[in-house]
Amino acid sequence: MDLIPILIAVPAVMAVILPLIRGAKVRGIVVYIGAGCIMALSLITLGVWLAGGAQTLHLYVHTELVDHAMTLADLFLMCLIIYMGVKYRRILVILLSVAQTGLLMYVEFTTQMPETYHMMLDGLSMLMCMIIAIVGSLICIYTVGYMKGYHNHHKEYKDRQPFFFSMVFLFLSAMFGLVLSQSLIWMYFFWEITSVISFLLIGYTQTDEAIHNSFTALWMNLLGGLGFSVAIALLALNTGSVQLSDAIVFGGALPLACLALAGLTKSAQLPFSSWLLGAMVAPTPSSALLHSATMVKAGVYLLIRLAPAMHGNTVGMTVSLIGGFTFIAASMMAIAQNDAKKVLAFSTISNLGLIVACAGIGVEETVWGAVLLMIFHAVSKSMLFQSVGATENCLGSRDIEDMHGLLLRLPKLTYIMGIGIAGMYLAPFGMLISKWVALRAFVDSENVLLVIFIAYGSATTMFYWTKWLSKLTTQHHARVAVKDVTGRDEYLSMFVHAGTMLLMCLLFPLLATKVANPILEQMFGYSYTVLSMNVLTTMAVMLVSVLIVPTIMAFVSRMARKELVPIYMNGVNEGDNRHFVNSMGGSTHLYLSNWYLRFEFGMRHLMKPCVYLSASLLIVVFCLIIGGAVQ
Amino acid sequence: MRIAFVIGYLLLAPFLGALIDGAERVISARMQRRKGPSLLQPFYDLRKLFSKQMIAVNNAQLLLNLSYLVFLVIAGCMLFSGSDILMCLFILSLADMFLVIGASSDSSPYANMGAGREMLQMMAYEPMTLIIAVGFYLASGSFQVADIVHMSVSPVVFMPGMLLGFMFTAAIKFRKSPFDLSTSHHAHQEMVKGITTEMSGTTLGIMNIAEYYEMILILGIFCLFIINENWWSWPIAMIVCLFILFLEILWDNATARLKWQHLLYGCWLVTLLAGGLNLLILMLIK
Amino acid sequence: MGVMSKSPWLLHYDASSCNGCDIEVLDCLTPKYDIERFGIINTGDPFQADILLITGGVNSQTEPVVRQLYSQMPEPKVVVAVGICACTGGVFKECYNIRGGIDTVIPVDVYVPGCAARPESIIDGVVKALDILDEKRKLFKAEKKGR
Repeated sequence: MDLIPILIAVPAVMAVILPLIRGAKVRGIVVYIGAGCIMALSLITLGVWLAGGAQTLHLYVHTELVDHAMTLADLFLMCLIIYMGVKYRRILVILLSVAQTGLLMYVEFTTQMPETYHMMLDGLSMLMCMIIAIVGSLICIYTVGYMKGYHNHHKEYKDRQPFFFSMVFLFLSAMFGLVLSQSLIWMYFFWEITSVISFLLIGYTQTDEAIHNSFTALWMNLLGGLGFSVAIALLALNTGSVQLSDAIVFGGALPLACLALAGLTKSAQLPFSSWLLGAMVAPTPSSALLHSATMVKAGVYLLIRLAPAMHGNTVGMTVSLIGGFTFIAASMMAIAQNDAKKVLAFSTISNLGLIVACAGIGVEETVWGAVLLMIFHAVSKSMLFQSVGATENCLGSRDIEDMHGLLLRLPKLTYIMGIGIAGMYLAPFGMLISKWVALRAFVDSENVLLVIFIAYGSATTMFYWTKWLSKLTTQHHARVAVKDVTGRDEYLSMFVHAGTMLLMCLLFPLLATKVANPILEQMFGYSYTVLSMNVLTTMAVMLVSVLIVPTIMAFVSRMARKELVPIYMNGVNEGDNRHFVNSMGGSTHLYLSNWYLRFEFGMRHLMKPCVYLSASLLIVVFCLIIGGAVQ
Repeated sequence: MRIAFVIGYLLLAPFLGALIDGAERVISARMQRRKGPSLLQPFYDLRKLFSKQMIAVNNAQLLLNLSYLVFLVIAGCMLFSGSDILMCLFILSLADMFLVIGASSDSSPYANMGAGREMLQMMAYEPMTLIIAVGFYLASGSFQVADIVHMSVSPVVFMPGMLLGFMFTAAIKFRKSPFDLSTSHHAHQEMVKGITTEMSGTTLGIMNIAEYYEMILILGIFCLFIINENWWSWPIAMIVCLFILFLEILWDNATARLKWQHLLYGCWLVTLLAGGLNLLILMLIK
Repeated sequence: MGVMSKSPWLLHYDASSCNGCDIEVLDCLTPKYDIERFGIINTGDPFQADILLITGGVNSQTEPVVRQLYSQMPEPKVVVAVGICACTGGVFKECYNIRGGIDTVIPVDVYVPGCAARPESIIDGVVKALDILDEKRKLFKAEKKGR
C-alpha cells in the first residue's frame, strides 16, 4: 500500500501551501482541490484494499528516518506548548508536556525495540479513514463558505483564515496517521498533534474566553497524553514492545488503564467533559470536525481497539461505567441548554459515552453497536453542527429560542437540521438501532447499572431533541424575514451529508453486514451476526414507512377542505397569531419558550457532582490498579 | 394466528377502546355520585366530531395527527403480531413524537404548553417501558412477543415489581389524574385542553381514535405480564386488565393533578425502586 | 335525537356579568344536576365546542372576544344567552360601556331568562338548543352537498 503515505502527506502539504495563498478566491479553489484529492485518494485506497481481499495489512517495518523526524517533531510540539505556557503563564501544561515528552524520549533512547511493523490497515482503520476523508473533506469545503460569513458577521475578530485552513488540513493528516498507526509511539505522535491543533483552533478568536478554554482543552488532553506515554513506558518495560496489538495481548491492568485514560480524555468523558463544552467558542467548522465528527472519535477509536482486552476486567468495568454515566449525565445537562452548539456538545459527549460504554464491555455485540454508533454519529453530528453554524450566520444567533418557526424562515437549513436530529434519536434510524443493540448487549453482560443508565438516558435524550425539533417545525410567521446567506459551499457539504445520512439509513442492513461484521471478524477472529437479516429488513421497512407515511398523510390532509382560523388565545388574538390584546387594551407580542428545567438539570447544579463522582471513581480504580501492580 | 390478531387489533381496538372509555366515564360518574353519560357516549362524540366543519389553524396539524395515528397502529400491530417488543415501544415513542410536533406546530400558547408537558410525560414514563422490555427479555430469553407468550409460567412471577411500576406510570398513558398534565378530557382547566387545544372536529376525532388504539396497546402489554402457554391464562389476563383499569379509574378520582416535578421524580423514583430492583434481582436469579 | 345533540360540547364565556349566572352554569356540572348525562362536556376550547354559552351583557372590551370565539367555532354551532344581562343587557343596559345583549354582536339562538338563571332553566335552554343544533346540522350538510 504505497497510497498511505500519500494519503497522509497530501493534507500535510495542503497545510503548508494554504498559508502562502493570500487571495480568498484562489484559496477556496485550492481547498476544493485538496478536499477532492483527499476524498479521491481515500476512495482509491479503499478500492485497492478491497480488491486485495480486504486483508489486515501490516506495513512499514524499517522506518528509522521517520522515527527520528517524529522525535524531533515531538520535541517541537513540546517547545510550542512551553512557549504558549510561558506566554500565557500556564504552568500546568508545561509540566504535563515536559513530563510526557521526557518519558517518551527516555523510553525511545533506552529501550531496544524489536523490528516490527508500524502501521496496520484493517477494517476499523479503513472505516475511520473513510469517515475522516469524507466528513473531513466536506467540512473543509463547508469552511470556505462559512469563514467568509463568519468574518462578515464577527468583525471584531482578526481574520486568520489561512491559519485556520492550514490547521484543519494538518489535522486531517494527523488523523489519518493516528488511525493507521499500530506502533504506540507513532500513534502518540499523531495524538499529540491533534491535541495541539485542537488547542490552537479553540483559541482562534483570541478572546480571553477562547484562550482560557483552549488551555482547559490542552491540559486535559495532555493529561491523556501523559497517560499514553506512561502506558508506552510500562509496555516497553514489561514486554519490550510498543505495538498496540501486543498491548491488547499483554492486557496488563496498569498500561491498559493508562491508555483508557487517554481515550477517556480525548473523547471528553466525565470528569473531562468541560473541555469539549469550552471548545464550542471556536468557529463551527472546527467544532464539527474536531469536536464531534473526528477528533473525539480518536479517543473512542483507541477504546474500541482496546475492547477485547477490556472485556470482563476492572478497567473495562470502569470504562463502561464512566461511559454510561456520561451518557445519562450529559443528556440531562443538555436539557437545560438553549445554546444550540452547547446542546450539540452535550449530545456529543453523551453519545460518545454510549460508545465508550459499549467498548468497555468489550464483547462482539457491543463493539458492533459501538462501530455503527460511531458511523452514524459522525455524519449526523457533523451535519447538525454545520446547519447550526449556517443558521447562526443567517440569524446572528444560535439560541434555540430564536429558531422558533425556522421551518418557514430558513426551510432548507431546517430540513437539514431536521434530518440530523431525526437521525440522532428517532425510531428506525441508525442511532437508535445501534442503541438497541447496545441495550441488549448490556443486558446480556448482566450490567444492571448500564441498563438503567441507558433507560433513563434515552428518555432524557428524547426530551431535548424533541423540544428542539418542535421548536423548528412550528408554523410561525415571524415579523422580520431572514435572508439565507448560506453559501453554495456550505450547502454542497450539507446536502451531501444529508444524502449520505439517508442513504446509510436505507442501506443499514448492508452497512451492518458488510462493514460492521468484517470488523468484528478481524477483531475477535470469528464472525458474529448481531442482528438477524430479518430484523434488519424490518427496520428498513420501518424507515421507509417513516418517510412515506407523513408524505401520504400530507396528500390526504391536503385533499380535506378546511378553513384556516386564528389560533386560540382566549379570544384576544389580534388575528396575526403573533400578537394579543393585553389587559390595557394594547397589543403584546406572543413569546413561546421551550422547557429548560434549569433548576433541575442545569449544568451549574449537575456538573460539579458528576465530575467529582466520576473523578473519584477514576482515582479509586487507579489506586486499586497501581496497588495491585505494586503487589 | 398472528394475522388474525393483527386484523382483530386493527378492527376492534377503536371499538373496544371507545367502549372502555364509555364505561370509564360511567364508573367515574358513579364514583362521584352522578349518573354520567351513556355507555356509548364516546361513539356519539366521535360521530359528531367527524361531522363537524373542518377548521384548522394550519395545514400541518392534520397530517401530523394522521401520522400519529398510523404509527400508533403500527406499534400496536407489532405487539399483536408477536414481533419485537422493544421495537414496538420505540415506534410508540416515535408516534408520540408526532403528536408533540403536531401540537407545537401551531405556535399556540396552550397547545405548546401541552406539548411541553407531553414531552415531560414521555420522559417520565419511558425508562419504565424500556426496563419492562428488558425484564421480558430476561424472563423469557427473547424480545419477541411470540416467545414471551409461550413461557411456562407467567412473566409476572419474575417481574412483579415491574408490573407495579408499570401500573404507576401507565396512568400517564391513560391520561389519568394525577398524571394528566398535558391534556384533560373533562372540564375547564388551567391550560384549556393542553395538547389538543388547537384540534377540532376531524383532527380531534383522529386523536381520540389514536388514543383508543394506544389504550388497547398498553392493555396488551399488561396482558403480557400474565399470559403463559396455558389457555386459561388468557381470560385471567383480561380480568387482571379490567382490574388494573378499575384501579386507574379509582386513582383518577381520588387524586388531584400533580406538579410536573412530582410527576417526573415520582415516576423516575418508582421506576428505579420497583423496576430497577426487580431488574437486579432478575439478573441475579437468571 | 340526532348526531349533534347526542354529544353537545359547550364553551362557556362570561362577557361581563355579576358572576351570578356564571356560578349557576358551574352548578350544572355538580352531581345534583350533572349535565354530563346528556353527553355534555364543558370544554374550554372554541375549536371543540358546539354550543357557546354566554353569561352577562357585552361591553366594549368583550365584544371582539365574543366575536372571535364565535368565529373560531366550527359549524354547526348555536349560541345560548344565559341570564337577563346576556339576553338584553339587564340592569346594566344603559351603562356607558355596555353594548346590550349578546344578540347585538352575534346571532343568539336560545335566550335563558333569570337573574340569576336557575340551573334547571339553563339545562332547559341547552336542551332546547340541541334541537336547533340538529336543524343547523341538516342545513350545514345540505349546504356542503350543494357546494
